[in-house]
Amino acid sequence: MVSAVFHSPLEQARADVAASRSTTAAPIPTSPRSGSMLRGVLNYTVLKVLPPLAGLALLVLLWQITSIKTAGSIPTPAETWVQALQIFSDPFYRNGPNDQGIGWNVLASLQRVAVGFGLAALVGIPAGFAIGRFAFLGRMFNPLISLLRPVSPLAWLPIGLLVFKGANPAAIWTIFICSIWPMVINTAVGVQRVPSDYMNVAKVLNLSEWKILTKILFPAVLPYMLTGVRLAVSTAWLVIVAAEMLTGGVGVGFWVWDEWNNLNVKNIVIAIFVIGIVGLVLEFALIKLATAFTFEEVKS
Amino acid sequence: MNDSKFIQIQGVEQAFKTPKGRFVALQGIDLTVAKGEFVALIGHSGCGKSTLLNLIAGLTRPTQGTLLCANREIAGPGPDRAMVFQNHSLLPWLTCFENIYLGVERVFGRTEKKPQLQQRTDDALALVGLTHATHKRPGEISGGMKQRVGIARALAMEPKVLLMDEPFGALDALTRAKLQDELLAIVQKTQSTVVMVTHDVDEAVLLSDKIVMMTNGPAATIGEVLSVKLPCPRNRVELAEDRHYVMYRKAVIDFLYTRQGHVEKAA
Repeated sequence: MVSAVFHSPLEQARADVAASRSTTAAPIPTSPRSGSMLRGVLNYTVLKVLPPLAGLALLVLLWQITSIKTAGSIPTPAETWVQALQIFSDPFYRNGPNDQGIGWNVLASLQRVAVGFGLAALVGIPAGFAIGRFAFLGRMFNPLISLLRPVSPLAWLPIGLLVFKGANPAAIWTIFICSIWPMVINTAVGVQRVPSDYMNVAKVLNLSEWKILTKILFPAVLPYMLTGVRLAVSTAWLVIVAAEMLTGGVGVGFWVWDEWNNLNVKNIVIAIFVIGIVGLVLEFALIKLATAFTFEEVKS
Repeated sequence: MNDSKFIQIQGVEQAFKTPKGRFVALQGIDLTVAKGEFVALIGHSGCGKSTLLNLIAGLTRPTQGTLLCANREIAGPGPDRAMVFQNHSLLPWLTCFENIYLGVERVFGRTEKKPQLQQRTDDALALVGLTHATHKRPGEISGGMKQRVGIARALAMEPKVLLMDEPFGALDALTRAKLQDELLAIVQKTQSTVVMVTHDVDEAVLLSDKIVMMTNGPAATIGEVLSVKLPCPRNRVELAEDRHYVMYRKAVIDFLYTRQGHVEKAA
């Protein structure tokens, strides 16, 4: 969704440029090809490279102003940059359990997300298939899902702490809870939206339930399922930071909170960027994965 | 088995429950199809042609009356009645070969080994002239080719009846003519029994032995049955000026536009 919003103005602009280029090319027949090539490079720079750089510059500017206005309690971009270079020069050090490099913290968080998300996928995807395929199960579980889905996953953290008697499993439990809903719901919707033509083919060919599952349902639902996976992973990455702030241990969330207790604001700002970049990379990878498994639909 | 009564439809009624009440789509349908006969169902859109075809396929059950195929009641869909859908309905994640193999495996998988099943699939592709597209996905081939794969998938199952729901409706006129000719040749070779839904008068006259003309819905029924006694093989260019062909064509047009043309479907 977000990428579509970001892309369309650019595509439009490119089309406009193409149109204007064809109209302006006529009055200067003597200009050699290098002229239009130069203009092409210029256009590319103006339309593709400049806007993101301008956005970034705006961010840095606002940051700088905030820093000045708060009399330095928010560090300046330059100071933060110096600090970041220092942090990233040694991301994998260990000085005891509460003082570890940023690399370890990120990996610890990613590991929790992976385990929690993996368990949620193991439960959620088959559950989604069952709920989507059998109307009875759908009617049985839809009220439960509607009731539990809006609950902030952090509300489940105390239950996790009680049941699993440990901070780490409780954090994983929270991730499990927050990432299971998008996968159950998207898979179920995907199953319900399998084109009736495909199901008619299954009926006419008299395919077995196993063949229907492997040859028709699974491939048809895959794009929906991957959307669910993508939503689940991004939610999980949002939630893990908050969960770790509460549970402590190793992880980016804990790291942010620890730096706050040390009043080391530079590291908090760095952490914000690290969290953002990791989230961006996860999202990008999953979008690539999803497009690889999307097939042309039957037009009806 | 009585070959002249291969498919028997007796007093069939099909009604649907709608929010506005009971909607009778078909009423009092009586029809017999002989073995090896090519029957076209023609009528205005919304007259229940496809509903009738779905009943023969067993995708839906009638609210009244009986349908028999080879003296057995049609209780559900089965591979003995293969269907070619209007929009080809190929599975986009499978290659042409795999799409056909899926049906072949279901029908012959218990009695034959894999090489034989593959041979059947290859033969079906060759029959529709698509050997070169064996390993292509439906997204990579043209609309006409997709429809040919759909036909090959149906024929590969060696069905007793081939059911076709406006199989060429979505194609351009030239491709349609080409596929009609191919279908004529294939049916001649395989001696298949075919029931085809169409709204194209020329297609109906060119291909069929019998044209079943349906009245307008709701509560549509069979208005008239026209036997087409043109010699086979048929050639569209020669037939264009044939006296009998023109006569049959006129009869269908007369039914569709003069007698059934003024009834507008109540919205």
